[in-house]
Amino acid sequence: MTTPTVCAKASLNLRGVACPMNYVKTKLRLERMAPGEVLEIFIDPGAPIRNVPRSITGDGHRVLACEPEDGVFRLLIERGPDA
Amino acid sequence: MIEFTDEQIERYSRHIILKEVGGKGQEKIAAARVLVIGAGGLGCPVAYYLAAAGVGTLGIVDSDAVDLSNLQRQILHHTPDVGRPKVQSAGEKLSALNPDVRVVPHRQRLTSQNVLSVIADYDIVVDGTDNFPARFLINDACVLSGKPLVHGGILRFEGQLTTILPGRGPCYRCLFPEPPPPGFVPSCQEAGVLGAIAGVIGTLQATEVLKLILGIGETLAGYLLTVDLLTMEFRRVRIPKNAECEVCGEHPSILAPFDYRRRTINHARNARRPRSPVVGIPPTHVAGPPGRTRIT
Ligand SMILES: [Zn+2]
Repeated sequence: MTTPTVCAKASLNLRGVACPMNYVKTKLRLERMAPGEVLEIFIDPGAPIRNVPRSITGDGHRVLACEPEDGVFRLLIERGPDA
Repeated sequence: MIEFTDEQIERYSRHIILKEVGGKGQEKIAAARVLVIGAGGLGCPVAYYLAAAGVGTLGIVDSDAVDLSNLQRQILHHTPDVGRPKVQSAGEKLSALNPDVRVVPHRQRLTSQNVLSVIADYDIVVDGTDNFPARFLINDACVLSGKPLVHGGILRFEGQLTTILPGRGPCYRCLFPEPPPPGFVPSCQEAGVLGAIAGVIGTLQATEVLKLILGIGETLAGYLLTVDLLTMEFRRVRIPKNAECEVCGEHPSILAPFDYRRRTINHARNARRPRSPVVGIPPTHVAGPPGRTRIT
């Protein structure tokens, strides 16, 4: 996947943060953003990369990019519309 | 908007994960002010779960001291608390569980003189009292001041609860127009109660409170839920609004709270012909005549 040229509104470093706290922090940050804005997060391989994108998508947000970077994963998430 | 600390995010993470709660819902819980009347069998689990949930302001009303016979079901009070005021014993446990909660002790008995001013500072009221005069007083006060009220009652292996949304659904007096005559008050033998029923009903009352705060799901407004732990039957029975209800009907005659005497009911209102206490409800669908449905 190639990273689209989007400008992230905010960034969260969730290296070393286990499930489900990494998801909780991502969810809280997205709640404070406007629909359409983009959040950048860094999460660990293993359980985090298996779980977080799935949970975020389930909340109605969109994962725009997901790529390995320095042993972790960098995700760009577009904040979905309000439920 | 409240900025949660890392500790709070962790404490409430299992709520925040829920789609129906999230950070915004947790903020609503933190901003809520709930009054729990009675720190007994029902009030203890109600207050315990509401404190754990992070309800910002939790008022506790009780004038009694802890008795050894309470410990079988009143789970906030421990053996060393016997003899201490219940509001103090409960307040310590709740603060220890969650220091985010502001616990406000009201060590007093509610009367027609103080009830409106006590409930005025709260958004939602929970009735966990153990007698009919208090139950009717609280109902009338909540209806008159438009406060949501979550009622619960337990006796033996049975319990009941309902949620009263003044102006939008029936009230306790629509269901039971008058307290039962003194002869209906349970005898010593009848006053037994399985401790765990207090936990079942109190926990359901706490759930109703949280749903009201969050504005999610369907509450028991307009319904009475009856529980029988011997048969494990849970029944939700529709309760109609009584157009002739003396406090919330079309032509209310109760315009201010008033006191029924405890135990002996000889108020002038009762000089009239008593109406059936289970109006509109098939007798098999209620936990028992209200005289047997005693809250502790
Ligand atoms: Zn009514």
